[in-house]
Amino acid sequence: MSTKSLSARNNELSNPQKQLEYLSEGLFADGELPTFKHKLEKEDDFPLQPKPLEILQINLGYMCNQVCSHCHVDAGPDRKEIMTVETMQHCLEAIKKTGAHTLDLTGGAPEMNPNFRWFVEEASKAGIKDFIVRSNLTIIVANKKYYDLPEFFKKHNVHVVSSLPFYKKEKTDKQRGEGVFDKSIQALQMLNTVGYGKEGSGLKLDLVYNPSGAFLPKDQDAMESDFKTALKEDFDIDFNSLFAITNLPISRFLEYLIASENYEDYMYELVNAYNPAAVQNVMCRNTLSVSWDGWLYDCDFNQMLELKVNSSVKHISNYDEDAIQNRNIIISQHCYGCTAGAGSSCQGTVA
Amino acid sequence: MSKPYYDPSDLRKFGEITEWSEELGKKFFDYYGSVFEEGALSAREKSLIALAVAHVVKCPYCIDAYTKDGLERGITKEEMMEAVHAGAAIESGATLVHGVQMMNKYKKLSM
Repeated sequence: MSTKSLSARNNELSNPQKQLEYLSEGLFADGELPTFKHKLEKEDDFPLQPKPLEILQINLGYMCNQVCSHCHVDAGPDRKEIMTVETMQHCLEAIKKTGAHTLDLTGGAPEMNPNFRWFVEEASKAGIKDFIVRSNLTIIVANKKYYDLPEFFKKHNVHVVSSLPFYKKEKTDKQRGEGVFDKSIQALQMLNTVGYGKEGSGLKLDLVYNPSGAFLPKDQDAMESDFKTALKEDFDIDFNSLFAITNLPISRFLEYLIASENYEDYMYELVNAYNPAAVQNVMCRNTLSVSWDGWLYDCDFNQMLELKVNSSVKHISNYDEDAIQNRNIIISQHCYGCTAGAGSSCQGTVA
Repeated sequence: MSKPYYDPSDLRKFGEITEWSEELGKKFFDYYGSVFEEGALSAREKSLIALAVAHVVKCPYCIDAYTKDGLERGITKEEMMEAVHAGAAIESGATLVHGVQMMNKYKKLSM
């Protein structure tokens, strides 16, 4: 696994335009596989439009202490793009007036933004019903200054959603880097100690599973039960729910698919598993994504592909929910990743 | 370039067998689908049985399919390899048990 982002390696796939070209050429240009647009049209779902906004997802920056091989953000220690206080203030204004019931902070490692704690304190005052922080776990044990994060999360009643690709060391370390599994276990135990994932504590700890390779997640419930049994038996760890998330063919995962000659098979599989029922609940219809520099996107994936919302309002500094809600969602072939099988979103399956 | 008998991309076309015999093809795929649903055995257990049988019948398509199916279900590589050994043990046992027939015949023919 490379220890640098595509961006630091000057890999051509760090250019979103190149990724979009790749996703439109070959199989899809030949007509061997139908484009996502064609699929939607067949089911009378085109153009894809939003439903009432439920989740405001804010990306605090692409800086991260890990360089996971599947990362769609191309995050890593070499990424310096992080949200400024000024943009955070624009976000706070939007949070105060949004109709969304969930605020979802993501990254990179959002905790690495030096103004992360201030932002969480301010945002929690807005009284949002469900306040999520997506934590990669290892950040909690990466440096002394992060050791009290579990207490900090608890104080602000933050709902912690954490990635743990597998309940065994080998697959986790292969995807996320050497030593990540042991550190993640340690961090989970610290979260458990302050009450996270424990029955009756009201402190929610959910885990995210995503396949460590060119295959789809199959059965979220069965996987949750396997994770619960293994983590309890081996490490006495408790958590609430497991979200099974499909890897989308963009950024570093796209690089892996191409290099391992799995791209064609993977796209076939996504297209064959297309589920119209998943389209009804796909996350771009109830979520809005804000980038570190304040631009608005239909989802975190479109953010990474630099496909800004198709609306008169494109930036958080002149946020207008009514105007934004009246838009068509931008799609490409990567969208097949969210509509395969039981569907996939930042909250797990959707169908 | 020589063409191999087996082409991995042919697995994707498996469904096409129905085109030349719709009734039988449909019956087969319905049956196949039902077999691998959760039942008295879990879908996970059946996936491992399928993997073992795939090796015994030496079907490269089935090996590809059920290795991936196992990964999707979170089956570990140790579990997969044990399943292959279970299949291999039965297969070699099936050969070796014929050794009794050889012994019987040997004894019968010998003075």
